[in-house]
Amino acid sequence: MKRIIELQNISKAFDGETVLDNISLEIYDGEFITLLGPSGCGKTTTLRLIGGFETADEGNVYFKGKRINDVPAHKRHVNTVFQKYALFPHLNVFENIAFSLRLQKVEKKEIISRVKEILEMVSLKGFEHKNVTLLSGGQQQRVAIARALISHPKVLLLDEPLGALDLKLRKDMQNELKNIQKQTGITFIYVTHDQEEALSMSDRVVVMSDGRIQQIGTPTDIYNEPVNAFVADFIGESNIVDGVMPEDQKVRFAGHTFECVDSGFAPGEAVDVVVRPEDVDVVSPEKGHLKGTVTAVTFKGVHYEIIVDIGGFKWMIQSTDYAAEGDHIGLFIEPEAIHIMKKSEYSGLYGDYSSFSDELEELSDADSVEED
Amino acid sequence: MKLFSRLYLILIFALLYIPIGVLILFSFNSTANTGMLTGLSLYWYKELFSSPDTFVALKNTLVLALSAACISTVIGTAAAVGISRMKSKWAKKSVQSVTNIPMMNPDIVTGVSMMLLFVFVGGMLGLTEKLSFITLLIAHVTFCLPYVILSIQPRLRQMDKSLPEAARDLGCTPLQSFFKVELPTIMGGVVSGFLMAFTLSLDDFVISYFTTGSSYQTLPLMIYSMTKKEVKPDIYALSTLIILSVLVLLIITNVISARNEKRSRKEKK
Repeated sequence: MKRIIELQNISKAFDGETVLDNISLEIYDGEFITLLGPSGCGKTTTLRLIGGFETADEGNVYFKGKRINDVPAHKRHVNTVFQKYALFPHLNVFENIAFSLRLQKVEKKEIISRVKEILEMVSLKGFEHKNVTLLSGGQQQRVAIARALISHPKVLLLDEPLGALDLKLRKDMQNELKNIQKQTGITFIYVTHDQEEALSMSDRVVVMSDGRIQQIGTPTDIYNEPVNAFVADFIGESNIVDGVMPEDQKVRFAGHTFECVDSGFAPGEAVDVVVRPEDVDVVSPEKGHLKGTVTAVTFKGVHYEIIVDIGGFKWMIQSTDYAAEGDHIGLFIEPEAIHIMKKSEYSGLYGDYSSFSDELEELSDADSVEED
Repeated sequence: MKLFSRLYLILIFALLYIPIGVLILFSFNSTANTGMLTGLSLYWYKELFSSPDTFVALKNTLVLALSAACISTVIGTAAAVGISRMKSKWAKKSVQSVTNIPMMNPDIVTGVSMMLLFVFVGGMLGLTEKLSFITLLIAHVTFCLPYVILSIQPRLRQMDKSLPEAARDLGCTPLQSFFKVELPTIMGGVVSGFLMAFTLSLDDFVISYFTTGSSYQTLPLMIYSMTKKEVKPDIYALSTLIILSVLVLLIITNVISARNEKRSRKEKK
């Protein structure tokens, strides 16, 4: 695969506050890559560096092998879909989309045919003369995408483009964006704090936190083999407990020694153990590896979300079997369901559900959206 | 209580508008009698337009107002954009205050101080006629500027900050981005700033009185000098015409700002 963009040891600070801390990243031609992380992790700054709206304090940005640190935004072959669309309010749909072609002095006939073609691609046929300020959020979004794509950029940058849309529309647009990317073969660099969005759309995901890249990998890699507690917690739900590896393929946690599939750790090394809630089977107490008391049950539609207290540590289990509050149950964990991670600075910060509540979770989600 | 507030309102409006009404009425008086209406006629309008001085003054006033409005709009737009791009909050606030001072300053102080400055500089340059159209124009641009800046700033604040970035992203140089995207977006503010500057310059007397030369007379100055000799109803006619034109400008300004508001409300939705 051909590299199209390369970030090399990039650091950036605003008013003395480090936003990006020595980031290196290679982006390949034609891929759909997502920068994922909580607000303030530096993902948007990374995108703006590629777009030419920020300059790095240290490090280099390469485009097709050429250093572009000092190339201004209007000379880069990279276009952006902005978070709030940034459509030009004084121009109608046609003129918004034709904007870059007019600057390039493209012939009138060609402009008309290209705009028509791209409007069809984003399913806005017949909207040419509408006022952009009167369109719905989803329609404005499509105009913004069409405007960015019409001059055939090599790379399209998308800064949380679906953040302002409602859930249903978001799902539709996710599919549409993915289709557009496949159709055009343009490299998409997508920024989001929504892990579901990242997993379902991307070829590769870059998980970021505190101005550093935590992990780069395919969605399945990131989900199944998180490198540390931060990634494990940010991507999906996970129970993260302290464990010790007495030998290869054996791990001891919660007072029980389990078979596992990981190896390569020093004998007796302290590790973080990840168990996904959906990988735990609820069984009768005598059949389980672990025993505990149910402290809360929430019906989620597809499954029940059960919080189980095992020796003071609260586990989250997702199961289709019902267990009532106060029940004693056993938990059965297969070797494949256990993932071992090296200890990191994030150990012990995540993965315990003692203070878990849905409302809290939603509140903090809403906060992070606003901050962005 | 309700009756009282209604009476109060009527009284205020009466005090505000009866003098203007009387002035307009007497401009149609058929004789020079100030105390009595002796019959309606357009005599004083005819009289007014038959004097060549009036036309010269009218032309002078319009030329001055137009040029002052154009120049202050260009400078004011640049200033407003510049202020909005300032990074340091402290610098922004101080520049803002400095631009607002001329608005608070009494006209008489502005007028006298400008006259002093012009005479002083003119003397240094060895000019024989120290006050002229140029000094008058400089003075007018100066007092119009803060109003232009103030009318553009809200539009700039409302503008989505990513608009200029989007323009550059699509291939605009910074200059193109300003003319193709930013300026059209704040156009409402620019136009109302222009109209405001035009109106202010049109009816200014105090500052003009101090800063113009003997050869350049504007309408307000002419009216003042006419009253010194003898109050004739042709002044009423002239005042009526000025009131009407200011009224028209005011209506245009209001229509534009109402339209802007409507548009920005739509954008917010």
